[in-house]
Order: sequence, then C-alpha cells, then structure tokens
Amino acid sequence: MPHRTFIFFILPSLLSMILLIAVPIFSAMTQSLFIAHKQVIRVSETCDPFGCKKETSVDAEATANLREKEPLGIFNGFDTYTNRNHLAAAEIKTSWNVATGWKDLFSRIMNLPFYKALAFTITYTIVVTPFVIVLGFLIALGTNSLASWLKGPTIFFSLLPMIVTPLIGSLILFWMIDADGIIGSTLQRIFKDNDLSLKASPALTWIMLIVYGIWHSTPFAFIVFYAGLQTVPQETLEASMLDGASLWQQKRYVVIPYLMPLIIFVTLIQLMDNFRVFEPIVGFNASANATSLSWIIFNDLRGEDALQLFGSAAATSMLTIIGVGILLIPVLIMIWKEFNSKTV
Amino acid sequence: MAISPFLWTLWGSFKVQGDFFSKADWANAVYGIRTLAETGSTFTVNGYSNAWIEHEFWRSAINTSIVVFFVVIISLTIGTLGGYALARSGYRYALWLLMLALVFRAMPHITLVSGYLLPFFQWNIWGHLPTTIIVLVAINQPFTLWMLHSFFLNIPKELDESALVDGCNRFQAFRHIIIPVMWPGVITTGLFSFLLAYNDFAVTAMLLSQENQTMVPKIASFLGSTQQEGEVMSAVAAVVSTTLPLFVLVMFFQRQIVSGLTAGAVKG
Repeated sequence: MPHRTFIFFILPSLLSMILLIAVPIFSAMTQSLFIAHKQVIRVSETCDPFGCKKETSVDAEATANLREKEPLGIFNGFDTYTNRNHLAAAEIKTSWNVATGWKDLFSRIMNLPFYKALAFTITYTIVVTPFVIVLGFLIALGTNSLASWLKGPTIFFSLLPMIVTPLIGSLILFWMIDADGIIGSTLQRIFKDNDLSLKASPALTWIMLIVYGIWHSTPFAFIVFYAGLQTVPQETLEASMLDGASLWQQKRYVVIPYLMPLIIFVTLIQLMDNFRVFEPIVGFNASANATSLSWIIFNDLRGEDALQLFGSAAATSMLTIIGVGILLIPVLIMIWKEFNSKTV
Repeated sequence: MAISPFLWTLWGSFKVQGDFFSKADWANAVYGIRTLAETGSTFTVNGYSNAWIEHEFWRSAINTSIVVFFVVIISLTIGTLGGYALARSGYRYALWLLMLALVFRAMPHITLVSGYLLPFFQWNIWGHLPTTIIVLVAINQPFTLWMLHSFFLNIPKELDESALVDGCNRFQAFRHIIIPVMWPGVITTGLFSFLLAYNDFAVTAMLLSQENQTMVPKIASFLGSTQQEGEVMSAVAAVVSTTLPLFVLVMFFQRQIVSGLTAGAVKG
C-alpha cells in the first residue's frame, strides 16, 4: 500500500492517540515539575487606642488571580519527586541511619505513602497473576471435559466476573463481605468472634483485594486457554496415550508445552493490567489499609478546586509509567520476535 | 462460584437494608423477614425507586447511553480505517505502529487523566460529554486497532487486490469489498468498545461534572451517602440496574466475545 494512502487511512486514529495519550503524558511530565501556588497571605495592621495589632489572613482574590495567571504554579524541579509523598529521599536517608534493624527500616518505609502504594501494587500483581493462570488453566481443562450441553452455560457464567464493571464487581463482593453481609456474618459465626471484620487489618484487606482480583481476571485466562485447548494436536496426545502416559503425564508433557506461548501471553498481559489496579480499592473502601499507585494519583486529583494536587499526581503518574514501561519490555520483545519470524 | 455473588445481590436488591445486611441470620435476605415488616410484602422496589427517581439515576443512564453510543460509532469508524491500513500495509513501520499502540494501551488511565485535567480546565472543555467521548475513543484506539487489524488479516488479500486491478482506488476497494465482509470482526470489536465505555470509572469520574455523570461514577457517589439507613439499598439497586444490560449482552454475544478474546492469541 503506498505510503500516502496508508497515512490517510490511519490518520484519524493515529491523531487521536497522539493527542490524547502521548501528549497527556508529556503534560503530566511538565506538571510534575511544578508545584501549586501557595495562598497569598496578607498581613494587615489595625491600630486602635490600645496599640497596633498585626493580623494575617488569606487574600482570596490575590490567590485566585495568581492561580489564573500562572496555572501551572511555581517551578519546583525534581523536588516533587523527592518529597515525602513520593520517593522520600530525605526520609529514607534518616530511616537508614536511625533504624534498628531490617524489620524496623521496612516498617518505617512502609509508612511513606508512595512506598506503601508501590508495595501493594507489586504484591497484588505478583500474587494475582500466577493464581489467575493456574485457576484459568484448571477451569479450562475442566470445562473441556464437560458434556457439550453444559459447556455453553458454563462459559456464560464464567465470563461474567470479567465483563462486569470492576467497580461494580468489587461492590457486590464488598457487600457480601461486610460484617453484616452474608459472608461477613458467617465468618463471624464460624470464628465465634463478633469483632472479626475483613476490613479491619491491612493483611486481611490485602487478601480480600487479591481474592477479588483473582475472581475478576480468571475468566480471561480461562477463555484463552479453553480456546487453545481446542487446538491441541490430537495425534501427539493419542501417541502419548499409546505410550502409556497417565492423564497427568499427558497434561504435563503434551498440553502444557503446547500452550506455553499462550501462557506467556496471558501472563504478560495480566502483569500489565494488574499493575493498574484501582477500582477495587474504591469499591472496597480499602484506602485506609491498602493503596495502589493508581489510587494515590486519583486521590491527589479529586477534591474541590484549590485542593487538587496536580504536581503531586503528575509526579506519581510519571513514576507509575516508568513501572509500566519496565513491565512492558518483555511483551515488546516477545512481539518483536514473533513478527520477525513471519512476514507482516 | 462465579455467578453466586450476582444472584445474591439481585435477590437482595428487592429487600430492605435490614434483610440484605442481616447480622442475625443470612436467611433473612432469602425470605425477606424485615422487608415484610417494613413494607408489607417480601419484595420491595424501594431501592430501585430511591435510586432511579430520587437520585435521578435515569439521568446517568441517559448519559451512559449517549457516551457509549458515540464512543462505539466513532471508535469503529476510525478504527476500521486504521486497522485496514495496518493489515494491508506490507511495510515494517506497521509493526512499529502496532507496538506503539501496545505501549499506549498499557498506560494506566488515571495517569492520562492527570495530564488532561489542567489543560481541560484552562480551555474550558472539562465537564462536557463530548470531551469524555473523544477521550474514551482515543484511549480505546490501541485495543481496537489491534483487534480489527487481526480480523482484517484474515480477509484474503485477493479480494481487495482484485478490486484494485479493476481500477478502484483504495478507499473504493475498502468501501465496496471489505465493508460487506468485515461485520463479524466489527461487531466483536464494537462489543469491547461498548464494554470499555460502559465500564469506565477513572476517566468518567474525573472528567464529568455532577450533573453529567454516567452510571458507574454515579454509583460511586452513592457510596458517600451510605451511612443513612436505606441509602445503601439505592446503591444496590443501581448496581443491579447497571449490571443487567451486561448480562443480556453476554447472553446474546457470548460467541463474539469469546472469539474476540482469542483472536490473535491463538494461532491456527
């Protein structure tokens, strides 16, 4: 296809992506180097027969004017990145000097908002992903051996957790887990502890969020593996049966190696998607115990007019994008290799 | 395991808070004891009327319909053109563009919102539905392009090449030859565009004003007021109302959804 025609066809799509995906990233990069104007303080002096008194107050009009004239704010360089809410360079240095051991250092760092979010995001990503793969694979195997008339409905029901809005899915589970909900109150009865609440401790909250993540993402793995199972070459499978392989050996030596490209594909996509975890934390109202990188960006951005911390959100956004970029490298390598081995 | 939470919530949405959140006995939610006491029958549509009428959830439903309709149409229009070009290009740069699209797809939406807010405020386009529509179209493009390009790869080149030989230009070939046969792929991709626009929270919550909100951020705003008795049932009713169209969707389009998820992932 001649280049000119190609450009005409792809221009609207490419333009929209560049304008609304690439440019905002640069915008965020720029915003991260600035910090909002502080409110303008006015010191007024009132004198009466008893003496002069100084009074400080916020000059709302001047503040608004300043904000309107220079909406970006004051140039802050990379200081926003190193402040307490982000990489916290100074705090870590102090902790390093003061801490009484690894555990103490660890808990001090965990108190810093960015690292707390980073820890949860990474934990969520590396725990949910393998569970999703294994569970999806097992469900695919199971569904494959069901009677034909059962397959359709099973697939229907298994797809649902993925199709439903993440926020809504997490709300539905949240209401069941709530201390008054069905799962919550049953657990309280089982453990005979009236104060048991899955929302109470950070550990339980993390587990709850991870369970939600697995529930939500397994259908994707299941569908992909199920489709892959349909294409397993029958001859190899039958040859292994003739050689006396047990069911488990068949799976291990024939099916899994055949599905390996799919497994890798799903793993990489899941790693990328799970790193963006955000809606469950809102749905489960878990921000006291668990925050994620996307969530702290959201938290910085919501709030009435002057309370939005654009610079801080932008700095966290850049750090998150760097994290995503790191996760992306294996995906890009894999796709590059695959496209190189066949003509486009 | 997958469906029981939905069934439970659906059943419970017709009860009052005392039953759905009954500490004493979960079976209360099944039989609706408190509901009987409070409203005179074991089923009540109080939650629904509260959400739809008092909290004007119907407005959000209309907003969602508008946003979703336009996002799907625009997304598919520019996506089919782009996907076709990528499938028929034959040059290396098509691969580079696809990989770039993949990088774009990986960006967390909230980081993009962080970039949008300040400029949108400055240019006074924040809070309008068209802004959100265009943003969602753009965010959806990478996935749409990948999916459509792989569907177009499956349409034999000979079809449009014979049209070119007959004297059509590319666009005419696209219009007369490709469009009639591309519908299965387009429907599948349209479904995923629909899902993305319908389910979105990060973008719609931050870019729309209170009056303009679509259904999902509206539900999130209910959560702020759930401390009052009975308010949480509006949220439950809203959740069920929002999920029902998705159920219908999966029921009718299950095959397309499955084929869409596996397109490109499974070779041969």
